[in-house]
Amino acid sequence: MSAAALRAPALSRVRGWFPALLVLALAVALVFLFLPVVAIFTHTSPGKLISSLGDGSATDALRLSIETTAIAIAIIVVVGTPAAYFLATRDFPGKSLVVTLIELPLVLPPAVAGIGLLAALGPKGILGPALDHAGITLVLQTAGVVVALTFVASPFYLRQAQAAFISIDRSLFEASRTLGASEARTFLRIAIPGAVPGLAAGLALAWGRALGEFGATLMFAGSFRGITQTAPLAIYERFATDFDGALALSAVLVAVSAAILLTVKALAGSGAFGGAAR
Amino acid sequence: MLRADLKARVGTIELDVAFQVPDGECLALAGPSGAGKTTILRMLAGLAEPASGRVECGGELWLDAPRGAHVPPEQRRCGLVFQHYALFPHLSAWQNVAYGLRDTSRTDRRRRALELLDRFGAHHVADSRPGTLSGGERQRVALARALASDPKLLLLDEPLAALDPRTGARAARELGAFLSQADIPTVLVTHDFGQAALLGDRVAVIDSGKIVQQGAAAELAAAPASGFVADFTGANVLSGIARAGDAGLTHIDLDGGGAVVSAEPAEGPVSVSVYPWEVELEPPGTNHAGSAQNRIDATVTTVTVLGARVRVGLSAPQPLTAEITDASLERLGLKSGSRVMATWKAAATRLAPG
Repeated sequence: MSAAALRAPALSRVRGWFPALLVLALAVALVFLFLPVVAIFTHTSPGKLISSLGDGSATDALRLSIETTAIAIAIIVVVGTPAAYFLATRDFPGKSLVVTLIELPLVLPPAVAGIGLLAALGPKGILGPALDHAGITLVLQTAGVVVALTFVASPFYLRQAQAAFISIDRSLFEASRTLGASEARTFLRIAIPGAVPGLAAGLALAWGRALGEFGATLMFAGSFRGITQTAPLAIYERFATDFDGALALSAVLVAVSAAILLTVKALAGSGAFGGAAR
Repeated sequence: MLRADLKARVGTIELDVAFQVPDGECLALAGPSGAGKTTILRMLAGLAEPASGRVECGGELWLDAPRGAHVPPEQRRCGLVFQHYALFPHLSAWQNVAYGLRDTSRTDRRRRALELLDRFGAHHVADSRPGTLSGGERQRVALARALASDPKLLLLDEPLAALDPRTGARAARELGAFLSQADIPTVLVTHDFGQAALLGDRVAVIDSGKIVQQGAAAELAAAPASGFVADFTGANVLSGIARAGDAGLTHIDLDGGGAVVSAEPAEGPVSVSVYPWEVELEPPGTNHAGSAQNRIDATVTTVTVLGARVRVGLSAPQPLTAEITDASLERLGLKSGSRVMATWKAAATRLAPG
């Protein structure tokens, strides 16, 4: 900060010191945030990156990451969309408490989330005997990874979806009802198309969070190659012994995350979902 | 036939209204904002539920609260045109109109939607999204949409409020022509007595959740039941104390000074109303009329030219408005600050309990 304050007066002759300070702050943030990403791609040669991806464990980890995040996102969207609609369209006693509970995983340290999941769904957890009785094992299983991802990523989607539904003019829902549509039809035909930009933003955020999930997955599901070792866990396992391999996997993860973010943004912006492009 | 009896608490007001609208008739609910008008429409449509009440329409019982029936809005077949139209932004005009059409093929629904749009002169915007339409076009699409499912009741919430004055005048003529042919009951809500008079066969004036007077617009203007109704119909309303005067006339001492006479009998505190177009302006000191003429000295505060008519705001012990011709304005040479005498007939002086 002191460097910024010292350098600012030099620029003040051109257009005032404050705008210059703002530009400088942005430049510092940009370099700081983008440099590691650039380094991932430039630290080793592309050929080396590709060859280290040929390793079976790397492709296993990537495949597992994409599969588990896709399943988790599907669960989040299917359950979270109606839940968010309910919160957005109704008032009930204790609503603010419910909203706070839903947002709690946002501020929960991942390690705490992992412990919590073990205490709830582990063999000795609250629901452990019931799950055991039903023949379901989550701990150290791929299903456990999906549970951990869903837990940490769902608040990102729920928050955005709730805001998106709230922003739709209530009279559109009422018009739909007077035109003979039930609430279910109104939800599908009016609420969802109107909320698409917000839902897409929530989906991109939740997916990004799920792809990067590390702590809760490690504690709840472990790190077994091909079963629970997602890309972030594989990177962690490699970086001490095979730094280039860790870099290669990181580069692919950056590319996948960026591709998801950009695709969702582009689709929502173009109104490809039949959304309300206004 | 619509029969409604509704009681509810809305914010700070106690809503309590009962009315009937025969098929083919339009009832205009008129009153200032916050009087509970829109809530009444929402209750008729089933979007809000009164604490107690009964709604019957087209031989069906829609509501019998708190016990008994509450038919949900989607089963009432009630065409509601929202104040800002509430057109679905992600659907084209024809898809908006076809939204309420069911159990038929897409081709069939499009054909029927186009017929309806054509009926309201909006055929050319069928494939446009609502965001690209003008206010007048949106209103036509909204009306076509409300009528698409062959409703048993038509509800219009401030149908002209979202339009600019020019478009509004044309839309009012078209809406009036449509309403005169409609064979279902219509209830419309407006804060403007002029629009209520134009579109409603009957006008019910609502104040703080109650119908204070109901009848043909001309009846309300000619014999307002209270100072509130008189004021709402656009009359000048002055307060004073009435007593029997000479020659069978009633003498009213106005609050703040001055006196007028009226042909109507009254005693005690009254609201005196006179329409702006019944007030004439003369140079000060003119004295030629008989005792049946009211005369009040006043100072001109504003002069607003509206085409061939001129509205003149007057400062007197109680403020007054006169509406005169532009010829009179020229003859009198009025401008802000001019002294004038405002005169009107005793027969044009209506009295209502204060």
